[in-house]
Amino acid sequence: MKGRQIPRIAWPLFALGLILLFNLMFTDSFFAITIKDGHLFGSLIDILRRSAPTLIMAVAMTYVIATGGIDISVGSVLAISGSIASLVVWGGNTQYLTSAGSQYYAPMLSIILIPLVASILLGAFNGVMVSFIGLQPFIATLILMTAGRGLAQLLTGGKVLNFRHAGFEFVGRGYLFGLPFPFLLALGVIVLGTAITRLTPMGLYIQAVGGNRSASNFSGVNTRLVLLFVYIFSGFAAGLSGLVMTSDITGADAGFMGLYMELDAILAVVIGGTPMEGGKYNVGGTVIGVLIIQTLTTTILTKGIPTEYTLLVKAIVVVVVLIIQSNKMREVMGKRQGKMMVKGGSAI
Amino acid sequence: MKRNIMVLMMVALLVLSAGSIFGAGQTEAAADAPKVIGFSQCDSQQAWRWAETESVKEEAANRGYVLQYNDAQSSQANQIAAVRSFIAQGVDGILLAPQVTTGFGPVLREAKEAGIPVVLLDRKVDESEDLFVTFIGSDFVWEGEEVGKLVLADTKGKANIVELQGTPGADPAIERKAGFEKVVNANPGMKIILSQTGDFNRTKGKEVMEAFLKAEGKNIDVVYAHNDDMAIGAIQAIKEYGMDPGKDILVYSIDGVRDGFQAMVDGDLNALVECTPLLGPQGFDALEAAWRGESVPKWVKSEDGIFRMADAAALIGGRKF
Repeated sequence: MKGRQIPRIAWPLFALGLILLFNLMFTDSFFAITIKDGHLFGSLIDILRRSAPTLIMAVAMTYVIATGGIDISVGSVLAISGSIASLVVWGGNTQYLTSAGSQYYAPMLSIILIPLVASILLGAFNGVMVSFIGLQPFIATLILMTAGRGLAQLLTGGKVLNFRHAGFEFVGRGYLFGLPFPFLLALGVIVLGTAITRLTPMGLYIQAVGGNRSASNFSGVNTRLVLLFVYIFSGFAAGLSGLVMTSDITGADAGFMGLYMELDAILAVVIGGTPMEGGKYNVGGTVIGVLIIQTLTTTILTKGIPTEYTLLVKAIVVVVVLIIQSNKMREVMGKRQGKMMVKGGSAI
Repeated sequence: MKRNIMVLMMVALLVLSAGSIFGAGQTEAAADAPKVIGFSQCDSQQAWRWAETESVKEEAANRGYVLQYNDAQSSQANQIAAVRSFIAQGVDGILLAPQVTTGFGPVLREAKEAGIPVVLLDRKVDESEDLFVTFIGSDFVWEGEEVGKLVLADTKGKANIVELQGTPGADPAIERKAGFEKVVNANPGMKIILSQTGDFNRTKGKEVMEAFLKAEGKNIDVVYAHNDDMAIGAIQAIKEYGMDPGKDILVYSIDGVRDGFQAMVDGDLNALVECTPLLGPQGFDALEAAWRGESVPKWVKSEDGIFRMADAAALIGGRKF
């Protein structure tokens, strides 16, 4: 019986399938993909492109949650990264508006690297707070969540910092092999995370720390370094998302960018079947989780559901998905399936 | 350490004495001491509020008042404490840009008992109207209605409109929608075919517009955005879709921030209705009227302008927010 149990990822996939099926039946040309300006174009491509920032963060969040932790600072780290990026584009000069017409082009590498290094440092700060100082992950990352957004707004002076930079604009708006570049970046992060956790013992360590931290400590796992790693990876991912979002709107909107995105990332992880108590993780499930959320959002926008109901519709779908993939429900479904098989057997 | 303190005190003494010399000169010039105004700002994180504060500071200097400025940093408790301290100092008038609409009753009553007039800037409080002189702020319904009239004039009353709403539940979003719908409902040729929230920000505005374009594409004649930022996001989405914002699809918004004017200069935004933060002059007018014992209407509408693409280039240099 155990061997025949349906894999955990099947339920989120089923939910995603249902939403897509709904669109197949009720939304005209939702599945239409055409080629425009040499790249693929359509609602499905939009979903890939719009899901990229959350996807990047959620993959890293999966590892954090697998250690029994949580990182609620990612939205603010994203805002800081984006703000730094647009400052670098302008060579640190926020008074650009007064010198309209002057075009300063910072080297591409610095626009990418400086924000990423800053994000990694912020991630390390979270990691140190959790592993060495021993703060509760929620509290440790709450510090940066609140202070970080203020810092981002200080950096940009409370304005949306606009810029034009052909090279940097590619990060969030470009297409490669016909696909949105941000989505390829997200795939890159998935590959990177999978490589680190599969090719090194890190994946095992993460599960061990999440399962029982002191036991893994006694069995020789350097739990502090493992925790430090997951928060640094999360910081890096948030920084990368920040680059994508800033590049997309060619401006750093410090007050709004990434606001509440940590919640979407956490939700995606949970929908994907990674338990909040840690010890196990399912990156594939997280990817499906992000796609569910984004497909739902795009569906709502395309169908023109009145704004008042948008959040309600979203909440209902999420609750249903969580219920069908909960342990209790799986038990019930498993039993019923068992019974059905017995019945089927007797009929033959 | 002790020496440092001594040096500090001496510097302080010097500064004070210098101040009193200049101060003496001033009192001779004016018949009586300059009036002191307390200004409590709820926070200064957005460019809009920052411009509001600058406007108050500038106008206080113009009229020769001493301004006591306090930034409550998004905390109502701080703000109430600031107003209390203004009352304790015995200021001549208070300007208050409230953080929220509730909870200011007791402190406003204290000000009234102390005989200090209070003028509310940009947000009204849910208290009895005799507790403050007046509320100075924009009429969001009017703003929406004016955009409606602009669309009516530009499209001769025949348009498929998509609307990017502000954050659900926020007063500006509700009222800007209601004002616009007044015009739409009176003109059967104008139809709002899709309406969604873009949360007053650029990223969301762009994402929503992308989906709208997928759903309706060339059927869309007009975009009405509840603020400039969402309009700018929508403009990017329209360009990436391969259409020309400002020509193929007409774009209208509210606020009048500098980026909005830039979009008009670039030929992407057709017109905008202003929601000005420059409330300083009207605020001091109201206080002066209160000192003279004149009655002031309980809602003084801020002086908002309507700007079109053609005029933007000449005006953008003078924009203060």
